Amino acid sequence: MKVRNRRPDLPVSSHVKLDKQDKALITLIQAGLPLSSTPYTDLGHDLGMTEREVIERLKHLMQDNIIKRFGVVVRHHELGYRSNAMTVWNVPDEQVSELGHCIGQFDFVTLSYRRPRRLPDWPYNLFTMIHGQNRGHVLKNIQFLIERCNLDRVEHQVLFSTRRFKQRGAIYHPFNKGLSDDPQTAG
Amino acid sequence: MMDELDRKIINDLQAGFPLTEQPYAEVAARHGITESELLSRLQQLLDNKTLSRFGPMYDAEKLGGAFTLAAMQVPEQDFDKVAEVVNSYAEVAHNYQRDHQFNMWYVLATETPDQINLVNRDIEKRTGLKVFSMPKLTEYYIGLQLPV
Repeated sequence: MKVRNRRPDLPVSSHVKLDKQDKALITLIQAGLPLSSTPYTDLGHDLGMTEREVIERLKHLMQDNIIKRFGVVVRHHELGYRSNAMTVWNVPDEQVSELGHCIGQFDFVTLSYRRPRRLPDWPYNLFTMIHGQNRGHVLKNIQFLIERCNLDRVEHQVLFSTRRFKQRGAIYHPFNKGLSDDPQTAG
Repeated sequence: MMDELDRKIINDLQAGFPLTEQPYAEVAARHGITESELLSRLQQLLDNKTLSRFGPMYDAEKLGGAFTLAAMQVPEQDFDKVAEVVNSYAEVAHNYQRDHQFNMWYVLATETPDQINLVNRDIEKRTGLKVFSMPKLTEYYIGLQLPV
């Protein structure tokens, strides 16, 4: 089992100021990093920037966590990850951060978020997304989380998806209405 | 289909592209192949839709958008009708049916927080069902990096 480094708690982000060049770079690169020998030089060529400047701006966008990850994105369904479960936990407020991190450190967990309860109908405040080859795998991984993070006395529910609609949708923002993001990350 | 080397390359590049002058040459060297072989493998993985995207994943909230995850309890016999209503909104980025009493889960993405409420109220009005909106409060982990 691979374990990740602990990350800082990230509150919901507030809007950050970007200059015109950052916006142009973000808009251009959402189509993907060019498949060429010198992709950053090519991007710079289109933007009127040097390769150095493109790389520096990308570094800053990553440091500021505006770019959360800059790599390839797989189609999990096509790669055999056919089961996805949203597991929701009813965790005492003072333990959410600790347990959210504990859950988030394992490599089969793709998301770990705190969300508000909606009492009395919905008491769950910690949401975990797990993708797996089949339901059995996913349930085994949930059991593993329960043991490793001492969740045996925490009430939880497992919600497997049975159908999906609109897998990829547009995400709106002021300078580019068509910006698309992986919908799994949104919300 | 994908071979063992493709898998290694995907797992490597899910973590990130090098920010260097010739990032693909650097990755190719790590795997003992030429840059042009790496590029042609990547092109093929994009063409056969193993990879969906090839670039950055943004924090769209920082770019000025607003988001929420919303849930509904839809009676079984009305599910398709309600799904049609919900899916008709351009602001609905995706929508999943799940096997639970709360059986419809959709993500809304709008330009401003006010629009989140407007869309949810509109969906309630059109479906007669209550919408439970649960925006993210804190993020402990996000990755969507899956070992392949």
